[in-house]
Amino acid sequence: MRIVFKTNYMQDLRPWKDGYQLGLYLILLAVAAAAPWWLDDFYLGELTNVLIWAIAGLGLMILTGHTGQASLGHAAFLAVGCYANVVMIEAGVPFLVAFPVAGLLTGIVGATVAIPALRLHGIYLAIFTLALSVLMDDIIVLAEPITGGVAGKYLGGVEIFGHLVDRWATPSQFFWLVLAVAIIVTLGYINLLRSSLGRSFIAVRDSEVSAQAMGVDIARTKTISFALSCAVTGLAGALMGLFAGAFNNETFSVVISIQLLMMIVIGGLGSIHGAFLGAIVIGFLPQFLSISKEYAAALLGGNAVAIPGLEFGIFGMILIAFILFEPMGLYGRWLKIRTWFELFPFYRKDMFKRQKSYLKTERLR
Amino acid sequence: MSLLEYENVTLKFGGLTAVDNLSFDVQEGEVFAIVGPNGAGKSTVFNLISRFYDPYAGSIQFDGHDLLRVKASAVAAFGVARTFQNIELFEHATVLQNLLVGRHRHRRTNLISEILFTPSARRQEIENREKIEEIIDFLDLQAFRDKMISGLPYGVRKVVEVARALATEPKLLLLDEPASGLSVEETTDMRWWIDDIRRQMGITVLMVEHDMGLVSGVSDRVLAMADGAKLALGTPAEVQSHPAVIEAYLGKAS
Repeated sequence: MRIVFKTNYMQDLRPWKDGYQLGLYLILLAVAAAAPWWLDDFYLGELTNVLIWAIAGLGLMILTGHTGQASLGHAAFLAVGCYANVVMIEAGVPFLVAFPVAGLLTGIVGATVAIPALRLHGIYLAIFTLALSVLMDDIIVLAEPITGGVAGKYLGGVEIFGHLVDRWATPSQFFWLVLAVAIIVTLGYINLLRSSLGRSFIAVRDSEVSAQAMGVDIARTKTISFALSCAVTGLAGALMGLFAGAFNNETFSVVISIQLLMMIVIGGLGSIHGAFLGAIVIGFLPQFLSISKEYAAALLGGNAVAIPGLEFGIFGMILIAFILFEPMGLYGRWLKIRTWFELFPFYRKDMFKRQKSYLKTERLR
Repeated sequence: MSLLEYENVTLKFGGLTAVDNLSFDVQEGEVFAIVGPNGAGKSTVFNLISRFYDPYAGSIQFDGHDLLRVKASAVAAFGVARTFQNIELFEHATVLQNLLVGRHRHRRTNLISEILFTPSARRQEIENREKIEEIIDFLDLQAFRDKMISGLPYGVRKVVEVARALATEPKLLLLDEPASGLSVEETTDMRWWIDDIRRQMGITVLMVEHDMGLVSGVSDRVLAMADGAKLALGTPAEVQSHPAVIEAYLGKAS
């Protein structure tokens, strides 16, 4: 077991525990950045998709994982980011300006939505945001002059400093763009978590009463959380639009919202790793299913039949299994496995078991 | 000079009068205890200071500020910190993170400087940490810095809550039953800590407590309440021998 001997406060402040951990992440980063050389175009596209989902997951993680506000409507904000980006690019705004502005705009929309949403808790907030997701579908159809309505919009590649960045023509450039955005968002997220605001998010999640008594303004904190969450989701939406190429009112349906929420629950609520691990599951599961279906068909000697709804059925079962057996998600499972090896042979079965919490002060809502 | 002034405060929940025309004042530098049977309205007195409820009538002044004119989150900014009867810690965070939330009222950075983690944000974090370490030393929490709250025993949680309140560097510390559920040794520790909080840190303490040993050991003045109203106010000995107090606890001899 590695024990980090701490001699100054910076060791607790910096994002990595020690040189060993930093080295691991740098290797991971180098391997990821070199993906265009060791992956063919199909899997590179899949990896890009996973990263885009991970960015969206990071967005939702801020709100649900760290501030404790469930949202079933984040597909609506993906749509806002996507359309804002495309509309600006069509108007001749360069991508490097349009992209962050799309995020900013989505953040502002999120903050506006937060004002009525603030009064709601738990299941009511989930239903409110679900309604938002449903509404967005209609809004896109109604706002046809801007959004192209049911016919949708089409966007080819974009230009960055004269380079064409396109999912099909230059998949590696597009991958690097997405990777860069993912890294920037992750670094910002890490910084947030090690400073005052991130801690006040956690405070609001765990106990609103005592957060208030510590001087945290609940309404303000939730609004900021909503805004940040939506801004990041908007960035992911813009990338999703570029990735899909063509999209209309049905691209960002309620199903996407639910998948997003499932993703962060499977990955592990309240951790940055969780967003990435969940994205890997959500991103690769359809491929995994179709490959194993073909394999099973070959093995049993029949034709691969398409079973409608199979994918969602399996998603649902995975989600139920996680909630029952591993509420801490994939990241929680990984922590347990790591601890088992680090402490071998002293790992105890109930090490991560949460104690029954004591009676909470009557929620003053 | 009185730091906290409760003036003719009344709070009603429907037909129930939780606090009935209550007046008292807490002097700077004293330890002031509130005692009374269950349901007497002691915790409600605290929750009114924390602005969780709006009183029906009366005024609450703290250090020259009218508390009733500000929102709940602003009370901490004036220098009022508190603990809760049933422990309200941030369960899924470490002890350090919990204590650092206590530093929130001293935040000088903003959203942008925090996301970029600029040198000023870094400096502030280190300053916060230095302050926290003083408190960790004071309350002997060294062994628990990186432990999650959800895995800590009750007695330690109680101390962490006091530590978090101290991290805000308050002028007035509200302790809601600091010794409930603690062992005899832990209660004795708590007694010395309360004494030190007053003497070394110069913080005024207002507490609700049932343990009369602790109350008479540390407090300068005691307020006895029953059914939301004041029964007696004075030194611990005076209050303990007051006929109305004895009646409230033991009933009338007949």
